[in-house]
Amino acid sequence: MGTTLFSQGFIIGVLATGVRLAAPFLFAGLGEVFAERSGVLNLGVDGIMLMGAFIGFWAAYTLGSPWMGLLAAAIVGALMGLFMALISVHLQANQGIAGIGLQLLGWGLSGLLFRLTFGAVTGVRGFPAIEIPGLSHLPFIGPVLFRQNILVYLAISLVPVSAFVLFRTTLGLKIRAVGENPEAADTLGVSVYGIRYLCVMLGGILAGIAGAFLTIGQMNMFVDNITSGRGFIAIALVCFGRWHPYGVLVGALLFSVLDALQMWIQVIGAPIPYEFLVMLPYVLTIVVLATAVGRARGPLALSKPYTRGER
Amino acid sequence: MKMPLWLKRQGWLLDLAILILAVLAALAVGAVLLLMAGTNPLVAYKPLFLGAFSSRYGLTETLVKAVPLMLVGLGIVIAYRGGVLNIGGEGQIILGAVACAWVALTFSQLPGFLLAPLVLLAGIAAGAAWGLVPGVLKATVGANEVLITIMMNNIAFLLLTYLIRGPMIDPQEIAYGTGYPQSALIPASTWMLRLIPQSRLHLGLIIAVVCAALVYVFMWQTTLGYRIRVVGVNPRAARYAGIRVAQNMIVAMALSGGLAGLAGAIEVTGVHHRLLDGISAGYGFTGIVVALFARLHPAGVVPAAFFFAALLVGADMMQRTVGIPSSLVVAIEGLVVIFVVSSEIFALRKER
Repeated sequence: MGTTLFSQGFIIGVLATGVRLAAPFLFAGLGEVFAERSGVLNLGVDGIMLMGAFIGFWAAYTLGSPWMGLLAAAIVGALMGLFMALISVHLQANQGIAGIGLQLLGWGLSGLLFRLTFGAVTGVRGFPAIEIPGLSHLPFIGPVLFRQNILVYLAISLVPVSAFVLFRTTLGLKIRAVGENPEAADTLGVSVYGIRYLCVMLGGILAGIAGAFLTIGQMNMFVDNITSGRGFIAIALVCFGRWHPYGVLVGALLFSVLDALQMWIQVIGAPIPYEFLVMLPYVLTIVVLATAVGRARGPLALSKPYTRGER
Repeated sequence: MKMPLWLKRQGWLLDLAILILAVLAALAVGAVLLLMAGTNPLVAYKPLFLGAFSSRYGLTETLVKAVPLMLVGLGIVIAYRGGVLNIGGEGQIILGAVACAWVALTFSQLPGFLLAPLVLLAGIAAGAAWGLVPGVLKATVGANEVLITIMMNNIAFLLLTYLIRGPMIDPQEIAYGTGYPQSALIPASTWMLRLIPQSRLHLGLIIAVVCAALVYVFMWQTTLGYRIRVVGVNPRAARYAGIRVAQNMIVAMALSGGLAGLAGAIEVTGVHHRLLDGISAGYGFTGIVVALFARLHPAGVVPAAFFFAALLVGADMMQRTVGIPSSLVVAIEGLVVIFVVSSEIFALRKER
């Protein structure tokens, strides 16, 4: 087994799977970066992902195109983001608890609708892998980076785009101002509520797509609670990545490569019970939260509802 | 953390009105969803609401399910009052059940009067230990307890899966070749007294109600309870007053986990008499809804636990009789949570 672990085929397999598994963390994590940078802690990401996973699956199945699935997942994500924004921005609810509510809603609803519409496990045609001409045959990095499906390329390219928007545009400046000091932003004429709605909805859209990735970009089927807590890991990765898109990229890759390693070790039949391998990412998340977060500082107004005229 | 405004007492009538409105709103949304899925909501809601009360079985099962909900709900009340949001009920129940079954099977030679309390204590200790981890991390490095408790739920679930398929699997199951993932039966001396014959209703109900009274006395009549509440309302003021914030947060989380662990131990000794898959059955999450619904007061937890237990029993009936998946109740619970916390704004407006 020792030789298998270090063979080139094994390493390429782990890394290629790892890059693919990073996509849902990237979509959901980047969305959460926007929401949290604007001051809203959306703990309901996993619930939105579950709805995106189901709706994406359902639309891809009934309309016969994974693109329709992706669109439907983005729409349902936007709607759930709108709902979360309404609760946390206008109704000023406790964001921690509201997020748990959203999670329960997404979990229950996706399970309910799946059983009412399909009733059993069904397969769907998802996004095929696209080989980038010229690059996909490069040794080592070819199979790792350039034989993925379109959503993986989209997820990775969203990282620099998000960083650019957040740190190089006026909109990004407004988002960060609203998250750090909403009173000052308001005084300068920035619409605090507007920015927060925008960011939470954008986070919802990306979470919906992250969910759809699981059903139409990876597993090509839906099962109850298909995210198994990936949404929460994505939120943890935002802390780990210090609310920065590139930080989230590093965290997502670290995690997904570990997750891929766990899967591949199961495949080659290591003498470790698989439950302990599956536990690894969760244990790592706790270690990450316990060590990285203590030193980093999130946006100052994070999870604090803002009321106009309150000083 | 500031005292959540929706917790400020506004007279019980208004409190009750908000809760009823939240449930009605959740049901209305649920009805729209059912209609969109092509199902008549009235057909679905009849067994959901009447199922628990239509038979002796329904009534006693409601009481059986109310026990873990009450205990977990009480634990969440203590944690939240102490400024920590405990989403880890599910994992703490599992650890309590595992420890209880392990002690019962390992020390099965002990006399019943010793073993029976010992297995419950083991459950409490294991649940408390599982709650201690997020408590310590929150109190010392400020790590987000919601994320940590959720990760620990997943770990506990995997640990249970491993134990009942591996080291703790029933030797009988292996001998007969079924290999069904569950532990051996625990010694009958640890089984909880059944209160009504031919039903699963057991002594745990009385234990849970007594716990509600004890939690009330603890939180409002003792110094430690007072300190925990001060830390929850205003940690900065607590620090000025010389209260050790971190220490009290950790105590609150340990107590919270201990109550959930007790719930797990009671599920083993009172209901299943062995460790099996799905021993927690979502009680950890519904317990959160129960605690919120009770406005984080132990006295409210008792009726709230009965209400949600009745919904769970009704959901089973609904699934069996009219074929509507019981996930509907999870969605309704989510909406109830959202509507209850959203009512905060009304308290805010009133204050000005």
